Amino acid sequence: MKITINGESHTCQAGETLLSFLKAEGISPQTVVAEYNGSIVQMNQFGTTLLHDGDSLELLRFVGGG
Amino acid sequence: MLLEVNEKKGRNIMEDQLIIGGKEIKSRLFLGTGKFGDDHLIPKCIEASGAQIITVAMRRIDFHTSQENMMQYIPKDCILMPNTSGARNAEEAVRIARLGRAAGCGDWVKIEVVSDNKYLLPDNEETLKAVDTLVKEGFTVLPYMTPDLYAARRMRDAGAAAVMPFGAPIGTNKGLRTREVVQIMAEELDLPVVVDAGIGKPSEAAECMEIGAAAVLVNTAVATAGDPVRMAAAFGKAVQAGREAFLASPGAVRQYAEASSPLTGFLHEA
Repeated sequence: MKITINGESHTCQAGETLLSFLKAEGISPQTVVAEYNGSIVQMNQFGTTLLHDGDSLELLRFVGGG
Repeated sequence: MLLEVNEKKGRNIMEDQLIIGGKEIKSRLFLGTGKFGDDHLIPKCIEASGAQIITVAMRRIDFHTSQENMMQYIPKDCILMPNTSGARNAEEAVRIARLGRAAGCGDWVKIEVVSDNKYLLPDNEETLKAVDTLVKEGFTVLPYMTPDLYAARRMRDAGAAAVMPFGAPIGTNKGLRTREVVQIMAEELDLPVVVDAGIGKPSEAAECMEIGAAAVLVNTAVATAGDPVRMAAAFGKAVQAGREAFLASPGAVRQYAEASSPLTGFLHEA
């Protein structure tokens, strides 16, 4: 299935959760803020957020800034 | 008249507290974390400067490059203030602020709404809308703004915890080019005025404090200095010195010389 992450199309397996996707990408979930189809996902819900075909995800992290 | 103003300003430094969002802030220097050639310098600069309020930005994760988690460089006892840089209107600023809070770093936010990429000047009207929304959601909101007394009053009425007018455009190191308006804002507003952006040298940070600013936010000046840690320490001292000078009430400026030594008892007197 295909989902849009940060504006780019990604392929991922059916049944994947946000948490398993991040782990597969080698990204530490503690450093991520996620918006799933326009709504903020709290960190403790990453493991229960199931990804579906056509979903849109925004994944952000803190960077240096003034 | 001058005496009146000075008397109004003169305060006991022992009672000199900076309270923002109900918190006593230990340092009047706020430090940004962008543009550091090496992020390992960030905790050293925070320590050297004594800064307590630290700004960060939020960006999309880039899957094509490996990125470090910069939060590891910010000591846990700091107050983290995410900015909404990248926002072009109030709606985007609100969205970024909510995401920052969801990341679990508290409820402070620096509103930054910019749609002019050449000078990065903040849009006061959109900023005010974002302040209004976010205050109602319980954020401690510090708007970065174009210096303007009336706009600042509206920010205050909307519940801003402080206002942050620029000294010069972001990253220019030009100093306090907005001195007149910032001084009036500091005098007339009953909430802290933090000079944010454009300050390039410690003397300029001291100048901000001497005219009554409550604090100064610097980033580029420290991050791009030859020795950022040493520059951070210099800014920490400058802000303290400037604050003390403000509290001490500088003496009057005069057109003509006035001798500091007595004008009697000279050797040549008859």
